[in-house]
Amino acid sequence: MSGVRVLVGTRKGAFILTSDAGRKKWEVSGPHFAGWEIYHINGSPVDPDRIYASQSSGWFGQLIQRSDNGGKTWNPVGNKFEYEGPTGTHQWFDGSQHPWEFKRIWQLVASPNDPDLLYAGAEDAALFRSADGGQSWQELAGLRNAKGHLWQPGAGGMCLHTILLDPANPQRIFIAISAAGAFRTDDGGQTWLPINHGLHSPYELPDPSAEVGHCVHNLAMHPARPDVLFMQKHWDVMRSDDAGYMWREVSGDLPSDFGFPIAVHAHEPETIYVVPIKSDSEHFPPDGKLRVYRSRSGGNEWQALTNGLPQSNCYVNILRSALAVDHLDSCGVYFGTTGGQVYASPDSGDHWAPIVHDLPAVLSVEVQTLP
Amino acid sequence: MIRVLLPTHLQRLANVGREVQIEVDGPVTQRAILDALEARYPALRGTIRDQLTYKRRDFIRFFACGEDFSLADPDAPLPETIATGAERFMIVGAMAGG
Repeated sequence: MSGVRVLVGTRKGAFILTSDAGRKKWEVSGPHFAGWEIYHINGSPVDPDRIYASQSSGWFGQLIQRSDNGGKTWNPVGNKFEYEGPTGTHQWFDGSQHPWEFKRIWQLVASPNDPDLLYAGAEDAALFRSADGGQSWQELAGLRNAKGHLWQPGAGGMCLHTILLDPANPQRIFIAISAAGAFRTDDGGQTWLPINHGLHSPYELPDPSAEVGHCVHNLAMHPARPDVLFMQKHWDVMRSDDAGYMWREVSGDLPSDFGFPIAVHAHEPETIYVVPIKSDSEHFPPDGKLRVYRSRSGGNEWQALTNGLPQSNCYVNILRSALAVDHLDSCGVYFGTTGGQVYASPDSGDHWAPIVHDLPAVLSVEVQTLP
Repeated sequence: MIRVLLPTHLQRLANVGREVQIEVDGPVTQRAILDALEARYPALRGTIRDQLTYKRRDFIRFFACGEDFSLADPDAPLPETIATGAERFMIVGAMAGG
């Protein structure tokens, strides 16, 4: 393993941070797509030179960019995201019904086997699939049949923000939507099952255990154990050991179980990371201390990781797609903040240092482990 | 020959300068100009108007001859001075600051 490439999406462009395996000296390139919102920039697991970026703007709409040379040059590919058939309506903030409207792509995830096969998670919530490297897109519209009329936007919009592909079973995909919940397909996206049993949302839903409507913020999975899922919900950190049939809370001794991202260590499937945020109305770390929490027991028992992170007067947020790990022997952990810092730990979270301090607000962080 | 002015972000996207020149067959209308522009610079598809409904994006404006044509019928003929290239058809990102 020779190094890592950290792909950072921000409110005002994309940045690519590159280092050798030491992860101490970094080369920064960017801004790419200066001035545009980059909700997600993500690489192909089988071809590190292939990178996709979701580029959007309130003025000019949605573009998808593709690089075939590791981010040196880019070309726009297909940006025609057409909902399949009549979409019907979903719940609006006031309880009325509202038609589906495409706004942007929140997440791009390429197949673990094929760099031309990728999925895009949209707002308003939908999953699109491309089999030609992003040139054309087809919606997997069966998802809306999973009680789509009961979904409603979270504060960030009704976005499909998380896509997990089961590396052992190409027919199985997990996704999460705010505020609808988590869903799973076992037939490549034709039919979908809400997988929200065990979630409890007493302050967000009139029926706290409703089948859909939960504000799931992020899901994570270790590729060696695709039946074990971890979830950061609006409130509560959750775990499922049966591919989402049932969830149980593993918030344990966290100082707050509100947060956005969750991630799994590259080599230890029971080691997970969250970044506690004070509350749904105060989106910053408790006590102004930026602390990543690590559990080595798959939840419940958590350890604060603070070495190298600001422990006073820190009031940034860490968004749902802004935490990632690399696959080097000593697992690196990375996260970006709304204050424009990207922090890296080359030793599973024991020690941290900023790679950059002053980027635009960070929307997403992904890491490619380079051969 | 129609002269079209593009905002900075669309210049970068299409890899062109501030002004592009395009040919339009038949009556010179908003729709004809945008059809020709997108045909020549496919990267601009979806950035000025919706690809499915052809509705102008909310924060895009069309100015020409000192007038705002944003709300005009996209199939209405534009002034002759645009058709001759004497005046430029300006595609503008609307003010949306705060």
